Amino acid sequence: MNLDFTPEENAFREEVRTFIAENYPAALRKAQDEGRPLTKDEYLMWHKVLARKGWVAPGWPKELGGTGWTPTQKYIWSEETARADCLPILPFGMSMLAPVVYTFGTDEQKQRFLPGIYNGDVWWCQGYSEPGAGSDLASLKTKAERITGDDGKEYYLVNGQKTWTTLGQYADWGFFLVRTDPDAKPQSGISFLLVDMKTPGITVRPIITLEGGHEVNDVFLDNVKVPVENRIFHENQGWTCAKALLAHERSGIAGVARSKRNLEKLRTIANTERSDTGSALLADGFFRRKVAELEIDLTALEFTELRTLAGESSGKGPGPESSILKIKGTEIQQRLQELALEAVGHYGAPFLRDLSGSNATVGPDYADGLAGEMFNGRKTSIYGGSNEIQRNIIAKAVLGL
Amino acid sequence: MDFSFTEEQSMLRDTVAAYLADHYDFDKRRAVVTKEPGWRPEVWKAFAEELGILGAPFPEELGGLGGGPIENMVVMEEFGKALVVEPYLGTVVIGGGFLKHSGHAGAADLIGGIIEGRNIFAFAYAEPKGRYNLAALETTAKKDGAGWVLNGHKAVVLGAPFATHLIVTARTAGGPRDAQGISVFIVEKGAKGVTTRDYPTVDGNRASEVYFENVSLGADALIGPADNGLPLVEKVVDEAIAATCAEACGVLRKLHEGTLEYTKQRKQFGVPISSFQVLQHRMVDMFINVEQAVSMTYMANIKVTDDAERAKAVSAAKVQIGKACRFVGQNAIQLHGGMGMTDEMAIGHYFKRATMIETAFGSVDHHLARYEFLSLGQAA
Repeated sequence: MNLDFTPEENAFREEVRTFIAENYPAALRKAQDEGRPLTKDEYLMWHKVLARKGWVAPGWPKELGGTGWTPTQKYIWSEETARADCLPILPFGMSMLAPVVYTFGTDEQKQRFLPGIYNGDVWWCQGYSEPGAGSDLASLKTKAERITGDDGKEYYLVNGQKTWTTLGQYADWGFFLVRTDPDAKPQSGISFLLVDMKTPGITVRPIITLEGGHEVNDVFLDNVKVPVENRIFHENQGWTCAKALLAHERSGIAGVARSKRNLEKLRTIANTERSDTGSALLADGFFRRKVAELEIDLTALEFTELRTLAGESSGKGPGPESSILKIKGTEIQQRLQELALEAVGHYGAPFLRDLSGSNATVGPDYADGLAGEMFNGRKTSIYGGSNEIQRNIIAKAVLGL
Repeated sequence: MDFSFTEEQSMLRDTVAAYLADHYDFDKRRAVVTKEPGWRPEVWKAFAEELGILGAPFPEELGGLGGGPIENMVVMEEFGKALVVEPYLGTVVIGGGFLKHSGHAGAADLIGGIIEGRNIFAFAYAEPKGRYNLAALETTAKKDGAGWVLNGHKAVVLGAPFATHLIVTARTAGGPRDAQGISVFIVEKGAKGVTTRDYPTVDGNRASEVYFENVSLGADALIGPADNGLPLVEKVVDEAIAATCAEACGVLRKLHEGTLEYTKQRKQFGVPISSFQVLQHRMVDMFINVEQAVSMTYMANIKVTDDAERAKAVSAAKVQIGKACRFVGQNAIQLHGGMGMTDEMAIGHYFKRATMIETAFGSVDHHLARYEFLSLGQAA
């Protein structure tokens, strides 16, 4: 047991750092600095640079385009990309769908869908939750019936409503959980379908969230015809795919490297802001203790994640323990957002996406949008299986209760 | 000992509640705050003329209802329940408070204007680098003949876009953060040299950055004693905090009630989610937070008139309320799940207001430090 990096690992860190410095798209950097919502093209800029380099899919098996990095290299990669404020690669295709396709899909499906994900040519969205099926995902009602089309081919006719579809407004394709056997037990009658979002009968409607942003959507499916060959794995066994995907979603959710970066930013803000006595806020006894406690919490999470990664590299997939990472990771992200908002005092209040359209800030630039981020950040303990559900998973699957 | 309300106070509550039920539902409020001017002058007019509540804490001889902090508390709690954005706090509690306590020669006239709905006040005290320290002032007023010349920048002045008058704290002597050397002025917002940048706030209110450039003030602009205005500022701010705690109680009650209601009708796994013990206990903890907040709000509003006990009581209440705002607000969203994240549902708007109240006139840390000092003395 040791924590040292080898000379090779340090060289790798140097290589990554240089690559980012030389190749991170300037236009994307500018858009991020302006803090405005990104366009579809901007979301994909960094993805495409990495695809060309061969570094976009560190989590994939090497033969499919993965990097073959060791867990330590992956750790260095996530640290360096977070340190440089690189836009995270969108997870929907890359880390949610792709593992399902390469684990459960046919060779034909792998060839058909993985390159588009890898190259960032196809934008994927998730069709899991429904208005009546959130924590109880298996109660989903969106119905898919087998029909024979006019062309003589086999289709599923899909009807229902999905919700909380993140960035679905840009999606080319979606992966959907649908009920193919209404009479089976909830988990047994579900299938996993890939749906072209341009298929007639699909309507994507924005949901505006409490901070005023448009990130999530309702997706309505009205007699949508999906070719049967777009089903991954067996009919009525989609729940197996769904569970595998959720475990992957959870392990990525810890966001340790990002939180470390945000902690650095918090320290910078708290060193700039003044306390009531005029000293740096970070010198204020109350505030510095909260920052110190958070750093310790984050260190505990980091080492828990490293232990999990080490386990994965020895062949275990992400297990129910990944729920620990989800719970602690999201709690820490939320705490960081709270403290950043707290740090800026009065200037947390202005809402600068001003009604007259002016974007000029008042107060320090770093205060801009912090309240919105804190409000929006409440979603993290709700999505991907709420933190209450994660505790149920640990109770049942880990503790055997 | 008696925690009951008088008949007049109960009537006041009923009058306000009935008016808000008819004129201030969530959709109406949402439509108003998202467009200019961000409030309804006709509602203010009704407060003055139809309800007569703008006189609640003023003496009868000035045309008021003869009440005090308890009347403000009653009104503010109802306002919290409806997320009222009209500037009662800035005008009646703070503007009125300064005028009442200062013995200013023009006080009776100005208060008359408040009661009639003509005079609207905003409190310009915070500064970009002052955090929550009321004495950390870079804004200056220099003696100029019989009057003064005012220069400076005030941050996030709530309700300033609606105001006719500003109450401004400024340094007239002494060094930065000295308790001595602070004076309070009343400044007409339209005065030469006053400029504002108006903007909405994240909780649906409106505020301004206010800049003073060589603003000439007459001798009568001074409220309270020259150079020794801090005790008056602290007194009025404590009254404002006590009233804000009452608003928080209204907000917290709605957050808790809304969550109970939602979890009873939301079904997952074939049952209402309110049947899960882990959520029941969470809602019990929310309830305890709300009840403790109400208790501390009563305590603070009773003691706010006693100058010996006021500061400690108010800071204690604000600590309790700040913690309750965070716990109840965040858990209300959590228990609503994704629905709590939507702009469409009222719950998120109560959460945003609760979050802003948490740090209004000082965060939990600020008031905990003040309480520590008042109760335990200087740390070694």
